[in-house]
Amino acid sequence: MINKVVAGADEAIKDIEDGNTLMLGGFGLCGIPENCIAALVKKGVKELTCIANNAGVDDFGIGLMLQTRQVKKMISSYVGENAEFERQLLSGELEVELIPQGTLATRCLAAGYGMPAIFTPAGVGTEVAEGKEIRNFKGKDYLMEYAFDADFALVKAWKGDTAGNLIFRSTSRNFNPVMAMAGKITIAEVEQLVEAGELDPDQIHTPGVYVHRIFQGKEYEKRIEQRTVRSKN
Amino acid sequence: MLDKNGIAKRIAKEIKDGYYVNLGIGIPTLVANYIPNGINVVLQSENGLLGMGPFPFDGEEDPDLINAGKQTITTLPGSSIFDSAMSFGMIRAQKIDLTILGAMEVSENGDIANWKIPGKMVKGMGGAMDLVASAKNIIVAMQHINKAGESKLLPNCTLPLTGIKCIKKIVTELAVLDILPEGGFKLIERAPGVSVDFIRNATLGRLYATDDVPEMAID
Repeated sequence: MINKVVAGADEAIKDIEDGNTLMLGGFGLCGIPENCIAALVKKGVKELTCIANNAGVDDFGIGLMLQTRQVKKMISSYVGENAEFERQLLSGELEVELIPQGTLATRCLAAGYGMPAIFTPAGVGTEVAEGKEIRNFKGKDYLMEYAFDADFALVKAWKGDTAGNLIFRSTSRNFNPVMAMAGKITIAEVEQLVEAGELDPDQIHTPGVYVHRIFQGKEYEKRIEQRTVRSKN
Repeated sequence: MLDKNGIAKRIAKEIKDGYYVNLGIGIPTLVANYIPNGINVVLQSENGLLGMGPFPFDGEEDPDLINAGKQTITTLPGSSIFDSAMSFGMIRAQKIDLTILGAMEVSENGDIANWKIPGKMVKGMGGAMDLVASAKNIIVAMQHINKAGESKLLPNCTLPLTGIKCIKKIVTELAVLDILPEGGFKLIERAPGVSVDFIRNATLGRLYATDDVPEMAID
């Protein structure tokens, strides 16, 4: 079996350069590649274009890379809950392309499935449609949206094996499997790294062919954005 | 006049047994609290979950298990989890029976605006554009008039659009209204104690109302 294991986050991201386009998995702060983000902040690469559903919060997730001004452009669907982001956006320091969430996910999927574009009705008749080709199928209009072209995809899984196979846990799956399929180079960080053969092939969410590098993250804070609970009484 | 919970209660009456339902953030989230007993529904959370359960007990929250509002939640017997592409695949393919979402403005031809106030608020559309473009059945939960007393049910939306010609039913603090296929708001029910004239004055778009529009029945 081909061994995809690298020592850690620093080695995994060592060839990410200024100006690269990165995909980062996660929804809010759930299932984000915490260790890769920390390594990118440490390395200090700049002028990055980041494709991620959200931009983190001020002091966690992609928010950390915004504080250090490493991000030139964000491609996201929802960017609330981040004051530094809003400040950079309004001052013109940060370029932002907002796109529908399903379009974001499906443009990743298209890249991973080797399809150049998709047709979706999301955004027809809105400013999202500006400059885009429209096709009518069975009486309904659809926008043509291109597959993403990303230099690296950084994803976070629950378990992975040395062959790069991944299993996600609960809703931390979100964008991770489709982004894993979509990167020219995909880097997976996992909570538990096991030997090839220890994961049931029937339970694999992302086959190792899509994963180029894998490592076990040093630690996971797994911060909760909105802690909502009910009382036992 | 209804409060937010009243709007949620009235919308809950539209939910039928066996429905798969997507609830947006805000008033739509409250609808889950008023689903009548004996009605089986499955709630979708578009980050990738069918079968959303209640908030976890204090101390049992799981950072890996959240809803589209990023709140900690639970699963239920029969729940399933999938990636975000499949989640919007089932929305686009119209497998979800009912979508309930909020709005800043709705026009008399069914356009909706709910994601951006130029120069003031830019948070993004999230999944709203996908939902309104594909859902076969959408109910909008919204305030009829804003804090300045201005109507939010308009001839044309003034804010950037989320979707066009997609809304068919609206529940506000004042009324239940349908949007007619040929355009215009049709008054279906009045909130308790609210007159047809009051609703007419609060609606800037074309309003069609008979004098015998019933008051809504909510417990």
